[in-house]
Amino acid sequence: MIEARDRQLLEHIQLGLPVCSKPYAEIGRLCDMPETEVIERLTRLKQQGLIKRMGVIVKHRQLGYRANAMVVWNVPDNLIKQLGGHIGRFPFVTLCYQRPKQPEWPYNLYCMIHGKDRATVLKQLEQLVDACGLSSFDQEILFSKRCFKQRGAVYKNTAVTHG
Amino acid sequence: MDDIDKKIINALQDGFPICDAPYRRVAMQLELTEQELINRLKALLDNGTLTRFGPLYNAEQMGGALTLAAVKAPKERFDEISDIINAFPEVAHNYARNHELNMWFVIATETPEQIQKTINAIEQQTGLTVYNMPKNQEYFVNLKLEA
Repeated sequence: MIEARDRQLLEHIQLGLPVCSKPYAEIGRLCDMPETEVIERLTRLKQQGLIKRMGVIVKHRQLGYRANAMVVWNVPDNLIKQLGGHIGRFPFVTLCYQRPKQPEWPYNLYCMIHGKDRATVLKQLEQLVDACGLSSFDQEILFSKRCFKQRGAVYKNTAVTHG
Repeated sequence: MDDIDKKIINALQDGFPICDAPYRRVAMQLELTEQELINRLKALLDNGTLTRFGPLYNAEQMGGALTLAAVKAPKERFDEISDIINAFPEVAHNYARNHELNMWFVIATETPEQIQKTINAIEQQTGLTVYNMPKNQEYFVNLKLEA
């Protein structure tokens, strides 16, 4: 369980850190906590991994990353771990997960590639398929067409990653 | 967005110090003044280039749950379906994709039990089958994108 004081702090910073010279002192004022306690608690929460990262969340489309491909494969269970590890080593891959197969959807290995245009993404995918020996497996490429919604997930009062 | 803005975005995607004067520290690394960094960061947040500046939490450690889900939305009902799905506060991301499964979204809830409840509610309101694809194993995550 998360301590009450930690939770209070996490709730106060979830929507963003103050952009001013002493942001942690400012949070302390809001939570009625000294700045040193804010810094100590956040440092520990970061070490524990509850805070994955402190920093900016970019809108990838705003940075010119307009092509976003979700690529899925149907690979044998005994190869999936090795293939997943290999795929994750390519610099253009942003995510790689194993997910369960579904009726009419026989794919279990997922990866995301974010690129500036489709041609580049397809070239990178070809390179990935060759290097990892994925060409014999069923594959589908799903490019995103429209983004309806993109926000940090908000847990009642707390934002999380889709990690 | 100029080269200095890009430099700021790239540096802050790597992290932000937890100390008494964090902006001053980052500004020094980037050879900017603290005030210039603060002004530019505010502008990038105001004009929507950055969604958010703050912490990213680990969902599972917070006691919450996440899943990836998809539906096959018939063409003529596409906008109606996306409106229904986006109205759920539990839906964090939603993308149209070029496939028969044409709408893909992330559901994030405070407890694992609420995932199924949300899926049931979406099925009920849309009349569509929701494909639920929770993560079994994570091999790699890197959300950093070079500006």
